[in-house]
Amino acid sequence: MKEHLLEVRDLRVSFDTYAGEVQAVRGVNFYLDSGETLAIVGESGCGKSVSVQTMMRLLPMPPARLKSGEIIYEGKDIAPLTDKEMENYRGKEFAMIFQDSMTSLNPTMRVGNQMCEGIVRHRKVSKEEARKIAVDMLGQVGIPNPEAAFRRYPHTMSGGQRQRVMIAMALSCNPKILIADEPTTALDVTMQAQILDIMNRLKDIHHTAIILITHDLGVVAQMADRIAVMYAGEIMESGDARQVFYQPSHPYTWGLLGAMPNLIQDVKSQLYTIPGTPPDLYAPPVGCPFAARCEYAMEACLKEEPPEFAVEGGHTSRCWLLDPRAPQVTPPEGIPALKKGGNDHE
Amino acid sequence: MSAITSKDFTPLANDRDMTDVIVRPSVSYWKDVFRRIRTDKVAVISFVVIAVIALFAIFAPVVCAYDYDTTNMTQTNLSPGGDHWFGTDSLGRDLWARVWVGARISLMIGLCGAIVPQLVGILLGGVAGYFGGWIDMLIMRIIDVGACIPSLIYVTLIMLYFGSGPAAIVLAIAMSFWMDSARVVRGRMLQFKNREFVLAARTQGASSFRIIFRHILPNILGQQVVSISSAIPSAIFLEAYLSFIGLGVASPMTSWGQLCQLGASYYRLYPYQLFIPGAFISVTILAFYIFGNCLRDALDPHLRD
Amino acid sequence: MKKYILKRLFISIITIWLIATCCFFLLRTLPGNPFATQQLLSVEMQQRMMSYYGLDRPLIEQYFTFMKNLLHGDFGSSLKYTGQSVNGIIASTFPVSAQLGLQSYLISFPIGILFGIIAARHRGRPIDYSLVAFSVLGVSVPVFVLASLLQYTFAIKLGLFPVALWSSMKHTILPTLTLAIGSIASKTRLMRTLMLEVITEDYVKTAKAKGLPTWKIVWNHQIRNAIIPMIPSLGMEIVSILMGSFVVEQIFSIPGIGAYFVNSVRSLDYTMTLGLTVFLGVFVVSANFIIDLIYGLVDPRIRVTK
Repeated sequence: MKEHLLEVRDLRVSFDTYAGEVQAVRGVNFYLDSGETLAIVGESGCGKSVSVQTMMRLLPMPPARLKSGEIIYEGKDIAPLTDKEMENYRGKEFAMIFQDSMTSLNPTMRVGNQMCEGIVRHRKVSKEEARKIAVDMLGQVGIPNPEAAFRRYPHTMSGGQRQRVMIAMALSCNPKILIADEPTTALDVTMQAQILDIMNRLKDIHHTAIILITHDLGVVAQMADRIAVMYAGEIMESGDARQVFYQPSHPYTWGLLGAMPNLIQDVKSQLYTIPGTPPDLYAPPVGCPFAARCEYAMEACLKEEPPEFAVEGGHTSRCWLLDPRAPQVTPPEGIPALKKGGNDHE
Repeated sequence: MSAITSKDFTPLANDRDMTDVIVRPSVSYWKDVFRRIRTDKVAVISFVVIAVIALFAIFAPVVCAYDYDTTNMTQTNLSPGGDHWFGTDSLGRDLWARVWVGARISLMIGLCGAIVPQLVGILLGGVAGYFGGWIDMLIMRIIDVGACIPSLIYVTLIMLYFGSGPAAIVLAIAMSFWMDSARVVRGRMLQFKNREFVLAARTQGASSFRIIFRHILPNILGQQVVSISSAIPSAIFLEAYLSFIGLGVASPMTSWGQLCQLGASYYRLYPYQLFIPGAFISVTILAFYIFGNCLRDALDPHLRD
Repeated sequence: MKKYILKRLFISIITIWLIATCCFFLLRTLPGNPFATQQLLSVEMQQRMMSYYGLDRPLIEQYFTFMKNLLHGDFGSSLKYTGQSVNGIIASTFPVSAQLGLQSYLISFPIGILFGIIAARHRGRPIDYSLVAFSVLGVSVPVFVLASLLQYTFAIKLGLFPVALWSSMKHTILPTLTLAIGSIASKTRLMRTLMLEVITEDYVKTAKAKGLPTWKIVWNHQIRNAIIPMIPSLGMEIVSILMGSFVVEQIFSIPGIGAYFVNSVRSLDYTMTLGLTVFLGVFVVSANFIIDLIYGLVDPRIRVTK
């Protein structure tokens, strides 16, 4: 088996609240190869942010708790590392950018100094050199007059500029993985396109792999090589972007794709919506977590969690419909018929 | 895989209810607050302390064998114990009776001193925040300047001008506290004024009155209850302070602060005359303070984990 | 920033004028005659005293004289102690009070901040609980009870410190401590709350994501941002230390301005009360103005935008 840059196996994270245990992530597996972009897609609260923040060890523990799982980076499991040891990975090997650039930058520190902190820490350079690197990075993300921008405070910049600063800051130590948690959600559409463009461009220059977390399938289409669809703390479907977009094999993915407005679509046709809300993770359901909202649900779905079925070439889906014994169903309009990949993957 | 057989692969009825399956029972906000308070041991203890002191303040003077203002020159400065549970003061007055009569005044002033400025603040801050414009300008400028004046000065002037009495003390406390609450309420008002649910109410033609009282105030209320509960100890403290420096309640009427003032003159010989009322003030303030904190946590559960 | 300074300066001046005017009219129109309490004086004598102090002239005229004197830095004179000017009393008593206040201020600010940081960093552990308990107790015990308690225990019973008066460093320890304890308690509580708020901020997560060592995150991103909102509370602290010092000076027989102030109020020495009130008002307002300036300098959000 080929070694991946990053491989996450059976990740389980819970939050201990005074009302009980919330199982935010319930056995997630995914991998990332260098230079590729993996998009993790799902509704808010599905555990996508929690998964990557666990990887970065950013969650306050307690209340968060890593119940099990391996996070294998370059062949080494980093889950058991101490917080101190993790400092050498954060920022240097994986960097992260967040949704709200206003609150993610320290309001009382000049942006340049905030950038230099990480550079001095990881690249072991003098303050003066760090400054040069920072200014250069600011230029690379397309901030006009980077020298002046270096000395500015976050609140004097626009949202788009701040997000550029975040990207410059994240990439300033040449990380191998860039984790972008809803990087464009807080921006308007034209700015979104520019930011995504910068990320794509810099990714190629620096050979950075990206984990992109989003609920916006438009962003996914523009960026992703591979997609993982998450629901209720589990990955429901994953595969190459083409596979997931053109041969979606899980009713939840159908719902997500159907809910996306489409310019070519007949104006009169209604947007598809998924009824109901995700399950409460205080008490996750026994069977498939999506069963309660699924039009295609069967008895089996309520009884037992579906295993991971292989569709074709690395494309997998956790849905009983892919079981050979399941009846043939007609997916919603515009989505091709389900291809049963045959045998159980496990 | 043994559990799943072919016959499990029959589709479920498609008309089943797919909408929200609510796992947790829905509990009203205030019920939830009450539940959290009740299960918080510290909150319960502090509440019991407050309740006991309040009950004694109400009933103890009634059933006490001695009057709080009857002097008895044959029994001055008696130590606690015997007939006089807390001893007597330099004029032979029974301190047990005086402490509980003083408690009435201190608690009343504490309550009024917390509620009155809060009401003024809600009114003025609410008006400023909701209507904006010149009213807001005016009120905010008054507060800007007023907040610069040390509370000490209001208090001194009011106490000198209106004489020392419970009403004047409440007025003095109100003068120094209302500005803070007005500011807070104005801020909250501005925050809620443009929220979607308020705009929705407005598009449906709700009157300003209705919007304020039905839509905005209930959202602000929780915070204001917390402010009141945290203002009570400050008001009790300020009353005690004023009475202690001789600007507050005057003899023969009494309050804890005034008992401390009288006690302080002789406390090297008779420490109990100062430390008994002093202990009551401290414990009461402590209990209110802790209860206020618990209340805040209960109203705003995301503040704790 | 210029606009911000000018605005604060304007408000401060208005405030001082307002304090002087209100104090003047309220105190001068108080019911009763200040000399009536001195039973030794005949009615005729009282009249002569009134005219000597200019109290028989129209109120407006008195007001202008008072304001004119005030602009020249003259706070008036005492009615009770002939020949004693308010300025003289300020000159002899204020340094004492200032020393007492400053000592406790300088002790309480760093210790309070330190305690707050320690408590917040160890949230939910025994050290946090004990610091919280201390801060709750410290703000619950009124300053006069604390002063007497410390005096009773450490001076009278144990004899470690002088009971009263103000003549050596040793004399200053108990009064300073009394004032500092309450102040430390409230600072601890405030700083703890601010730190706990800052700890959950996104930029702290960003700093952590950069792989910075903990001490650097705590220092550059948490403490820096938590201390800024502490600055305005310094102004309020001045008032509460001042109010506390009135009582402490009285209990420890310290010849400070507070003791004089309280005495002037008790003995209905109106001109003295007026002069001292206005003086203290000017002092507090000026101190607050300086604190606002510092706040503006330290917080870039104010520095740049206003």
